[in-house]
Amino acid sequence: MTVSEIVDKLNLAVWGGEDGLHRPVTGGYVSDLLSDVMGNASDGDVWITLQTHKNVMAVASLKEVAAVILVKGLAPDDDTLEQSNKENIPLLGTKMETFEVAGKLYELLKK
Amino acid sequence: MNYSKNKEDGLTIFRADLHVHTCLSPCGSLDMSPVRIIEEARQKHIDILGITDHNSTRQCKEIMDLGHKAGIAVWGGAEINTREEVHCLALFDDLKALDAFQQWLDRWLPVVKNKPDYFGHQVWVDEKENILGVEDRLLIVALDRSMEQTYEEVHRLGGVFIPAHINRKSNSLISQLGFVATDIKADALEISPETKKEVIKQMRWAEIKPVIAGSDAHYPEQLGTGITLLKMNNSSLNEFKKALNGVRGRTVLAIIDI
Repeated sequence: MTVSEIVDKLNLAVWGGEDGLHRPVTGGYVSDLLSDVMGNASDGDVWITLQTHKNVMAVASLKEVAAVILVKGLAPDDDTLEQSNKENIPLLGTKMETFEVAGKLYELLKK
Repeated sequence: MNYSKNKEDGLTIFRADLHVHTCLSPCGSLDMSPVRIIEEARQKHIDILGITDHNSTRQCKEIMDLGHKAGIAVWGGAEINTREEVHCLALFDDLKALDAFQQWLDRWLPVVKNKPDYFGHQVWVDEKENILGVEDRLLIVALDRSMEQTYEEVHRLGGVFIPAHINRKSNSLISQLGFVATDIKADALEISPETKKEVIKQMRWAEIKPVIAGSDAHYPEQLGTGITLLKMNNSSLNEFKKALNGVRGRTVLAIIDI
């Protein structure tokens, strides 16, 4: 499954990093502690978080995640969005809370 | 006071503990009253104190007044919990700025009622330890403002902004945001108490911003356990800003343990 398919199926907003929408997704990771994400996320994961700081994209790039989903309708900081476009890592958004979007993503990836 | 004036440059080395809680912090000991803090600082030959309760400046004025009488410079401020849940120190030495900053805190602190049985009492007191007020809102929750927004507000009011205990396992720049970005908006970085000198060297934080220490004292005996030596012309916050920028010989010397 690609990031693009997940965007369609979960009706996600695309804040930035459109050039990376073809990336394959192999799993998911949920955490708001970037130190934890640095230690435990895997490449190809979709990372779900409420943090909007620029460091999010640095960690996303370091871990080579497929995409980042910001929850609860949170908008990225300007420099976070800029970094998403630069790194071609899709920065996605949803009004759903973490529990709901993680559950839906899990169902999709299980198939 | 045991500091000495250098004859050549006319600058003095000041001993500063820039991260001290009071009885107002729910986790702070009720023994941390203004009079006790100043007495403890006097005994430990501390020249400059930063008073930094969680998300509140309401105990600062009493300690600033007492410090003035005792010849100890007291910078008032707070330990902010930002939206990212990163603890950051804000320091001011001007009461007007402190008042304005308190209004900003009141505006952005979410209303969550304190449960003293769980979290501790939140009171501020006068120099005779009479209670002046009780804070009903829980002070340790996160403000609805990001680190960057907090930095901007502190600077707008002429204060100094320092991420606290950056390498602690919780509520720190590194725990919440992963690493210290080289272009971080901050005036200095406070390392956690008991950080080994080799770690400070190895992490090369000092190449990003001046590194300072603070005790993060919640009990009287902890006060002064993290000391920063500041070489300055006097003990004003303005001189501290110059020291952070290395203006005309002023500097943040070193972190020492006592």
